[in-house]
Amino acid sequence: MTPLIPKGKREWTVDPGHIHDAPEPSPMPDEQGQVGVEIPPEEIEVLQAATEERVPHGEPAPVPEPASVEVPKELADQIRRSMSRYPRKRSAAIPALWAVQRRYGWCTPEGINQAAAVMGVTPGYLESVASFYDLFRLEPEGEHQVLVCTNISCWLRGADRLLESFSDAAGIEGQGSSEDGKLFVRSFECLGGCDIAPMASIDERYYGPLTEEDARTAAEQLRSGQEVLPGKRLEDRKAAGGPNAKEVEG
Amino acid sequence: MAGETRMLFRHIDEPGLASIDTYRRLGGYSAIDKAFKQMSPEDVLKELEGSGLRGRGGAAFSMGTKASFLPRGDMDKYLCCNADESEPGAFKDRELMQKNPHQLIEGIIIAARAAGANRCFIFIRGEYDLQGDILDDAVEEAYGAGFLGEDVLGTGEQIELVVHRGAGAYICGEETALLDSLEGKRGNPRLKPPFPAVQGLYDGPTLINNVETLSNVPHIVASGVDWFKGLGTEKSPGTKVTSVSGDVKRPGNYEVELGLPTRVLIEELAGGPLDGHEIKGFFPGGSSSPVLTAEEGLDVPYSWEAMADAGSMLGSGSIIVFDETTNVVELALRTARFYHHESCGKCTPCREGTNWTVKMLERMIRGQATPIDLETVSSVQTNIIGNCLCVLGDSMALPVGAMVKKFRDEFLDAIEHGVPGASLGAPSGGPAISPRGGGEPPQPARVGVA
Repeated sequence: MTPLIPKGKREWTVDPGHIHDAPEPSPMPDEQGQVGVEIPPEEIEVLQAATEERVPHGEPAPVPEPASVEVPKELADQIRRSMSRYPRKRSAAIPALWAVQRRYGWCTPEGINQAAAVMGVTPGYLESVASFYDLFRLEPEGEHQVLVCTNISCWLRGADRLLESFSDAAGIEGQGSSEDGKLFVRSFECLGGCDIAPMASIDERYYGPLTEEDARTAAEQLRSGQEVLPGKRLEDRKAAGGPNAKEVEG
Repeated sequence: MAGETRMLFRHIDEPGLASIDTYRRLGGYSAIDKAFKQMSPEDVLKELEGSGLRGRGGAAFSMGTKASFLPRGDMDKYLCCNADESEPGAFKDRELMQKNPHQLIEGIIIAARAAGANRCFIFIRGEYDLQGDILDDAVEEAYGAGFLGEDVLGTGEQIELVVHRGAGAYICGEETALLDSLEGKRGNPRLKPPFPAVQGLYDGPTLINNVETLSNVPHIVASGVDWFKGLGTEKSPGTKVTSVSGDVKRPGNYEVELGLPTRVLIEELAGGPLDGHEIKGFFPGGSSSPVLTAEEGLDVPYSWEAMADAGSMLGSGSIIVFDETTNVVELALRTARFYHHESCGKCTPCREGTNWTVKMLERMIRGQATPIDLETVSSVQTNIIGNCLCVLGDSMALPVGAMVKKFRDEFLDAIEHGVPGASLGAPSGGPAISPRGGGEPPQPARVGVA
């Protein structure tokens, strides 16, 4: 970007000192007679940082030279196997990102670059795919993932309190990773476990219906590496209904 | 339980049903034998068309007719099983895949024969990791038994099947977004036409069906059209696995004949409202269906045509019940927030409409809204419907619009006093992401408004 006035030729026509000497203008009352809310400086910084982040820096990375990127053999094999299952290799983008995330814990830039080298696509392409999907992590997160469903059915059954209990048990405000890096708690849209509401997906397995006590227990079990909430697993549940159902031959 | 009619759910809790041996012991994979050895592809297609089987994913289009749209010829043709079940309130496919994966695989193989498809995919949502693992194992078993591969049952026909996991996006349940996602892209819906039957996956002819729809196929082929049509109603033949959840005593999946009074599902099978409470209303077909009050809805037969007549829809067959303790403005916010989060951002009415609906509802709950906001909320809904590539925006507009219409007093009350004690809840997904993937900047400049 070329600045309008070349550097070095910029001259101050007003001594900046005068600006500070001028009296503060009185705040303008708006229609309701309220005074405009001041934006705190730290919020302005956040806003600026958010804008800054979206400005592209330099040229996008090209398709990596396979020889220039060292890819762990296991990962490369996994991605190649995925590619072979589809008529077109790009279909393996999501499986490849899963492989990267399972190996490194999140979609690291290095991991994405490795997958891009194996697939023959640009890292930017894979990143654009990864950023679309909620389950891909684009930054490091706590080791154990707790996704608490806060959608309609779970909310009706007390999901907000459950989410709070998990956050408290992890020792965090709101959502995010615990300080010891063991837990990551976030709310999630409908997980399809409405029959066990309120429920959570803990390390990709469903548990419910959960109480606030269960949240504390689960957090302890995850931290100490024990089996999580053995009585609350979805996979052990029988279908609802059953006795006296009419069965029809198929 | 009385009222249940189990066809897909027969043997559902039989130990080991997910393994091929148990499934075969109980009579499984006999329909595939009939379809390949005694019937031509045209016969199978005619059988499906004649059965009147309607799609169980929400649109309720005739499955056989859809399959007949695929052109004939030697090109690669595709079948995608839509297992991206993500609509709030729906969890039927989860149980069908987890407990009886071979029923689905058998249905896919037979449907592939009818449509002439040689490459099949199961697109399963990424959250269903357990069910994905189970399907992976089941597909391997089916290959081992010769039901899949280059020479199905020794007939020389080739049918390949791949389990493809998504990674968390409701929009991928929309059929064209599913195709984009399966091609390895961001899941944005496509313009229709061309419809997938003509130009779908990799631009080839593609048949897309829901898990439950395909699970019906072996039963129809094995027992015949007349038997199948003996179940359900004339326009909605067969059974429906119905997910009942929310404020009821026994939430769960209940398979019933279509046309059963909704009251039986909610009050008898699911046990009715919790003790000391009463039903205020319910979503009859997932969160995208217009809500019905208890008086309006409980006596409506549970079928597509009756629900449409009652001003709502049966959709994917998921009932969410809410009782008198539920504030409808909060309910509207939960509903709208879901669609706001899941909007892919491609079409403006949906991207902006869901966003502003959420903001206006939040204002009402905080008691900061003005009466004109209610009209604005209503007009935003009518401006979304029919104006986008897919129906995700409509799926918010229909239920929220119905809530404003049917529970207007509650909205007016919220505008006057706010909703004391309401929890606005955390925006889903921690640091809010909206539109999808863009990364929302923090709430900017609230200048002038307290």
